[in-house]
Amino acid sequence: MSDGPITSIGEKHLVRPGATFREITDSISVVTETSAPRGWWIAFLTAATFLGILGAAVGWLFWKGVGVWGNNSPVGWAWDITNFVWWVGIGHAGTLISAVLFLFRQKWRTSINRFAEAMTIFAVICALLFPGIHVGRVWHAYYMFPLPNSMSLWPNFKSPLLWDIFAVGTYFTVSLLFWYVGLIPDLATLRDRCTTAAQGVRRYVYGLFALGWRGSNRHWSNYERAYMILAALSTPLVLSVHSVVSFDFATSVEPGWHTTIFPPYFVAGAVFSGFAMVMSLILVARVVYKLNDLVTMTHIELMNKIMLATGSLVGYAYAMEFFIAWYSGNPYERYVFVNRALGPYSWAYWTMISCNVISPQFFWFKRFRTNIPFSFVLSIFINIGMWFERFVIIVTSLHRDFVPASWGYFHPTAVDIATFMGSLGLFFTLFLLFIRWVPMIAIAELKGVLPQADPHHGEHHGKHDKHDKRDAPTEGGEPAPAATEGA
Amino acid sequence: MSDTHNEPQPERERRPVLLLAEFDSAGSVLHAAEALRDAGYKSFDAHTPFPVHGMDRAMGMSDSRLGWIVAAMATAGFTTAVALITWANHISYPFVVGGKPPLSIPAYAPVTFELTVLFSAFGAVFGMLGLNKLPRHHHPVFFSDRFRSATDDRFFLSVEREDPKFDLTKTRELLEGAKATHVEVIEDEVP
Repeated sequence: MSDGPITSIGEKHLVRPGATFREITDSISVVTETSAPRGWWIAFLTAATFLGILGAAVGWLFWKGVGVWGNNSPVGWAWDITNFVWWVGIGHAGTLISAVLFLFRQKWRTSINRFAEAMTIFAVICALLFPGIHVGRVWHAYYMFPLPNSMSLWPNFKSPLLWDIFAVGTYFTVSLLFWYVGLIPDLATLRDRCTTAAQGVRRYVYGLFALGWRGSNRHWSNYERAYMILAALSTPLVLSVHSVVSFDFATSVEPGWHTTIFPPYFVAGAVFSGFAMVMSLILVARVVYKLNDLVTMTHIELMNKIMLATGSLVGYAYAMEFFIAWYSGNPYERYVFVNRALGPYSWAYWTMISCNVISPQFFWFKRFRTNIPFSFVLSIFINIGMWFERFVIIVTSLHRDFVPASWGYFHPTAVDIATFMGSLGLFFTLFLLFIRWVPMIAIAELKGVLPQADPHHGEHHGKHDKHDKRDAPTEGGEPAPAATEGA
Repeated sequence: MSDTHNEPQPERERRPVLLLAEFDSAGSVLHAAEALRDAGYKSFDAHTPFPVHGMDRAMGMSDSRLGWIVAAMATAGFTTAVALITWANHISYPFVVGGKPPLSIPAYAPVTFELTVLFSAFGAVFGMLGLNKLPRHHHPVFFSDRFRSATDDRFFLSVEREDPKFDLTKTRELLEGAKATHVEVIEDEVP
């Protein structure tokens, strides 16, 4: 059973050995078909409450103006842009998992890609909220779009802020398309599981979104090509998005922002925080919905390895920023970095270093990589650390720049805090609705990595038998009596 | 004719439109598709819960043409971006910001790249749906109750009456000889 199409990473199983197609369909679909567990309702009502708080905070902001935030001069960008960059960064893991790992034929991504893609879309929605509401006069938010104003003047295409609109807008659209294309066969599965008259509405709604999918091979052929092209398009796209976000800073002349290391450094940080968020969410879903057979220790360990790699890259970037500040000989640049580590925001700086650089180093050891509670706690630390990274970059650079007379300090207001907490509420509301109503693991893709999905599985007994004794419940090659084993 | 709507419709004539054969493994459906192809069938299709590797060749299909659609859309995206930027900042209202000339090619790279990707992605998704003729409201295979499991754990082959070699007895014998576990005739109203 360890033969077949799943052996791309050592000899580890991606799904419990002997799982049948029917079991996979059942275990994933049943979540959307039965009533939600009490824990889901508690989480959902909590998230919806925070969503309400977001509505109140944003409504108050629109009513009164951006003065309700703690933003001041010199700190004109504060939590709003910190939250924007943090959420966009979280959004990166989804596309990385679905596109980059797809192109590298990393089949372990199959159990987590749907989850991560959904997370991407919701994180980007949260991110897009912030540039929209921080403009001050929100009724003029359409100024961000490439339209001429009443003086026939167009937006400046040399401005990174306009690039950002195109980058994040494209990223959101492509991520949504990618996610939906992946969902079509699974929505058809849910449609076809509706057999009773009482499920008429369900059948209608899933049928509508399944677009009449009938698993035709003539369709699969174009479908697989579309999926591969989307992956190939998304791979440079995911690298470009956070690069463009970093240009918002790097193209300015602000000490602490004006550095060429920003694009790769932001991308590494984005992948780091995105994987941490996937880890936090999937560990909870795995326990609540008993997905241990589908999201295995292999997945958790591999994700922890990616976090170790990207966390170390981020640590390298922090060190390199200091080196370049010193090596540049620019006194303003040097001062910003000394001030970061030792100035009034040193508490934020050292929180960032502890969470992002020190804590992932535990993942050098297999004992920690495969410890689930430890992985969960660390993923939360990394999320906190990455929020502080953006806070440190934005606020510590701004609060003391060239002229000491204009120095200041930023204090968040209650509205700042409510907006941030509210954006978490928005994210979790969307996410909980997703796991309730949409198959949270890609059913069709997961079936494709089972050993019996290989049409030649079991045809060459002589070759397989050598190392196949251990776990071969479907000896003989046929995909087990699936119809009788399903619940 | 609106007054006739409430009257019971006379039973319309039905005729067989396809033969639907069910298989219980990816291997047997693949070999059955090869048997159909070798017997000279053209208008047939496989229905599987996931893409079965080698099925395109087993069915004698040519390569997907989607790449050409995406290439055309990529070109359109690139052209749109260049035209938009050149018009907006160079022709319609030229202005100098940051000491860069109105037509500053390096500064235009990000937007050009993003629009190329955006148009290509639209081409990939909507091109795929167009080539597959989806969304589609109904298809005769859905008349079969057994067909529900095509998105679960069963594998089907459908042979359409349009195929010149379609024959209710001979095709059925061929499918049954290729390890089909169940073969049924799907009927639809004569259009």
